[in-house]
Amino acid sequence: MRLAEIRTAWTFARREMRGGLRGFRVMLACLALGVAGIAAVGSVVAAINDGLAAEGRELLGGDAEAQLTYRIASEAERAALAGEGVVSEVFDFRGMARTPDGDSALVQAKAVDDLYPLYGSVVLDPPMPLEQAFATDAQGRPGVVVERVLATRLGLSPGDPVLFGEAEMVLSAVLESEPDRAAGGFAFGPRLLLSAAALEATKLVGPGTLYETEYRLKLPRDADIGAVKERLLEQFPEGGWRWRDRRNGAPGVARFVERIGAFLTLVGLAALAVGGVGVGASVRAYLDRKTETIATLKTLGADGRMVMATYLLQIGALAVLGVLIGLALGAAGPLLAAPILTERLPVPANFGIYWEPLWQAAVYGLLAAFLFALWPLARAREVRAAGLFRDLVAPAREIPRPLYLAAIAALGIAVAVAAVLFTGQTRLALGFVGGVAAALLLLTVAAAAVTVIARTLARTRLGRASLPLRLALSGLGGPAGGYGGETRGAVLALGLGLTVLTAIGLVDHNLRRMVSDQLPERAPAYFFIDIRDDELPGFLEKAEAQPGVTEIETAPMLRGVITRINGMSAADWQASGKVDPAFNWVLEGDRGVTYSDRVPEGTEIRAGEWWPEGYQGRSLVSFGEEQGRGLGLELGDEITVNVLGREISAEVANFRRVEFREMGINFLMVFDPNVLRGAPHVHIATVYGEEPQEGAYLRALARAHPTVTAVRVEDALEVMADALRDISAAARAGALATLVTGLVVLIGAAAASQQRQIYDAAILKTLGAARGGLLGAMGMRAALLGLAASVVALGAGALAAWAVLTFVMDAPFAFDALTAGSIVFGGVLATLLTGALFALGPLSARPARVLRARE
Amino acid sequence: MSDPVIKLVDVRLALQSRAGRVEILRGVDAEIGRGETVGVVGPSGSGKSSLLMIMGGLERATGGTVTALGRDLTALNEDALARFRRDHMGVVFQSFHLIPTMTALENVAAPLELAGDRDAFDKARAELDAVGLAARTDHYPAQLSGGEQQRVALARAAAPRPDILLADEPTGNLDGATGTAIMDLLFGLHERHGATLVLVTHDQGLADRCGRVIRMADGRAVEAGAERETAEAAA
Repeated sequence: MRLAEIRTAWTFARREMRGGLRGFRVMLACLALGVAGIAAVGSVVAAINDGLAAEGRELLGGDAEAQLTYRIASEAERAALAGEGVVSEVFDFRGMARTPDGDSALVQAKAVDDLYPLYGSVVLDPPMPLEQAFATDAQGRPGVVVERVLATRLGLSPGDPVLFGEAEMVLSAVLESEPDRAAGGFAFGPRLLLSAAALEATKLVGPGTLYETEYRLKLPRDADIGAVKERLLEQFPEGGWRWRDRRNGAPGVARFVERIGAFLTLVGLAALAVGGVGVGASVRAYLDRKTETIATLKTLGADGRMVMATYLLQIGALAVLGVLIGLALGAAGPLLAAPILTERLPVPANFGIYWEPLWQAAVYGLLAAFLFALWPLARAREVRAAGLFRDLVAPAREIPRPLYLAAIAALGIAVAVAAVLFTGQTRLALGFVGGVAAALLLLTVAAAAVTVIARTLARTRLGRASLPLRLALSGLGGPAGGYGGETRGAVLALGLGLTVLTAIGLVDHNLRRMVSDQLPERAPAYFFIDIRDDELPGFLEKAEAQPGVTEIETAPMLRGVITRINGMSAADWQASGKVDPAFNWVLEGDRGVTYSDRVPEGTEIRAGEWWPEGYQGRSLVSFGEEQGRGLGLELGDEITVNVLGREISAEVANFRRVEFREMGINFLMVFDPNVLRGAPHVHIATVYGEEPQEGAYLRALARAHPTVTAVRVEDALEVMADALRDISAAARAGALATLVTGLVVLIGAAAASQQRQIYDAAILKTLGAARGGLLGAMGMRAALLGLAASVVALGAGALAAWAVLTFVMDAPFAFDALTAGSIVFGGVLATLLTGALFALGPLSARPARVLRARE
Repeated sequence: MSDPVIKLVDVRLALQSRAGRVEILRGVDAEIGRGETVGVVGPSGSGKSSLLMIMGGLERATGGTVTALGRDLTALNEDALARFRRDHMGVVFQSFHLIPTMTALENVAAPLELAGDRDAFDKARAELDAVGLAARTDHYPAQLSGGEQQRVALARAAAPRPDILLADEPTGNLDGATGTAIMDLLFGLHERHGATLVLVTHDQGLADRCGRVIRMADGRAVEAGAERETAEAAA
């Protein structure tokens, strides 16, 4: 097309748009809502990322942190670190804080040196410096500070004694905030802060026990952090060091925020898809009204390309307007909500205008707008000039030309590519976009089916038994998909909104059920960790003697980091593409390790052989099948694990099925006993018991074994459930946005059909229909529409939830009648309310005026 | 006729409706010469409008051949037909068919703009002046009376100086006096620019102003009258 022709098309487009935006309110609202949602989520994520980056030093507690697991740095290592800058040593571990009365609670403890914190400050109540809080009292008891939640739980006030491990301490203040909290990761208990000097007396940290040592570095202003890291890792390649620095102070949080952000962006994309249905319906309705103009233009000599260009430019301009409105809302929303969000977010966030999420949202919005508008536009191109003088014309082709079909497909692919590139989550993004596309296809078919069924039923004896029912059915099944395509629009938009809500509701329900109902029945009441070798017999004797204890299992417990696979460093192995990204976690932290002579109970060997009892020979390891395959391991491969600073290599002898969900003792890696028996290690015990007596035996065991830490399974599950609740609240909010967009489309479809309804009502009134009967017919039509949309949505949503649970989360799926009931109820209610909104026009219309206006 | 502007040979038109196949034209032959004025008359449903639309390439014949200015219209696709109309034809409808979002001036300029004419607006203004609407250039169709709308439509059809003017019942929606004024304008345009005029009408009086009359009945041209002196008919 030549430039002059495009200019002419733009001139015509501008003239057409002078009519105002009346027919485009729904299109603009749909686009604006979808884009605003995505832009807002992106802006919040960007604000958090910026906050994390800006405060990386405070979050980390240093310019850099070198971390060790279950050991402290050697003299040489300390010297190397000290050569780089100021070094502060922090121990992080779990323990039981107790009162002299025997009440106890699991805590996440941190023992810090005098230099802590290198950056930021600790806030205590009553306010005092940390040094003062740690000072020894008149009775020689060192001071300790705890979070308020722990003080409340144990009924502690400043000045009260606190038993921790084998030491007696005194509570000096309540810990209000610590600068490096967010970077700490997942904590099973509230924080207890003590001085490193007081740590030894607790006897909680020693060879074999589970703890981490963190060496925080304060570097000179001009230090090259990357070079410092390289020097340390090069000098001590086998040290098992994990490195973090201020450039990414809280990688766990950053990753979590990124994933939640990606998920919510995709839910926003679903809202945009619903909005796209509205865009398509608006464009179709607009172009239907423009049929005469298009035919006239063709009579005057405009060819199909000119018609296409004229209307494409118009729709494009409107899409840009809708996207701009959405961007303004999406950028302003987080700014306005910043005071509330800052207070509620557990991480720092710098709210402001971030261009990246805004342009990404704009790309999504424009792609979606053209994706859904192109089909009706391509149909408009085919309007024939003959339409001007006769109704009886061969219909314009319903299916667009191949060129436009290809363009529609390309736009669909572009949306998927954008989702993958912008979220960085290939599988999730493709799964989501594919799911939405499949749901739209299913709903399109369902909408057509509803039309056909309604039309057929209207002609049966059942349909003819009652006039309101027949009117309702013919309203649903009339030409062009009910009133002005209302059936199609409503089933698609409301249906997709409800599908997303159903899917998220059912996934959420099943996860909650798994956490709250299913597990505790089979799970132990407590895990006891850090049972030293020498105290294991005494612990078992004591535990077995407790009333209510029904079963005890124990296993040696070590933690290790996989450092090499087949001689290749773990990082290189990952980089070589052998690892399924879903299993990167196996290489990214320390994992539980045990040893055993026999196949652990309830374990199934899936490949290879278990070693014979008393095996002596090359070190062997049994690996969890799914995780092993995920890492790209084969039988006979060699893995090297750093346990307590020692590199241990073993050959993969077999793969076994590991069911982590079942909460018993289970380990990713089980070595043959020879390798690890000599290493200092502790034991883990699971204790099964009856609920009412739990408190009693916990008190007895805690008193007898003060260095053993008890983790109450229910509490741990509660922590997980809490995290799940927050995520599911965010997901539900996203799904609700989808539904709101669906309602806008629904309202648009109802508004578009109103003139037809008014005309029909006028004729029926002329024929003697009373308003009650008309209202009944309208109500019935709305209810049937809602019912159809929600039933289809229920099927599609359940299918999606089943797929997510089965293939992504490896969790069982169960249908939930309550979720289903509320979806159907909500769907019917939505259409009834929308119907009621537009009932007044047809009911109050005066037949004579309506009919004369038509003549 | 040595060099017909429009030539129809055994033209047939059948359309598929829900009620079944409808035979609208059953083999029409006609030739129209350059500068002729031809009236097409006949009862409702006789196929006269369809015949006109086939001449304009607005309707595609299902049989026979349609030649206009030496081009076989049946061989052209929709887009090529649109461009052919742009370059050679003007069409006037009973229902005016002005574009509601365009002013009178813009409506008249539209075909010139489509043809890439840089002086589109000057020419359009002159054309509106010629039909007596110089004062109404910036009015939208909804702000004009029926007669005014049809005058705009006439100006629009005449503006690109087409070789062929096709008019389908141009006075059908107008009262007698307005209708007469419109017809005067239409024949005036024909005389000024020398375009071939084909006029579909119910009105025998209007048909009599044409140089020749084709009478349609039941999809056939039952009488293709001999050429008369247009001036005599107009008198």
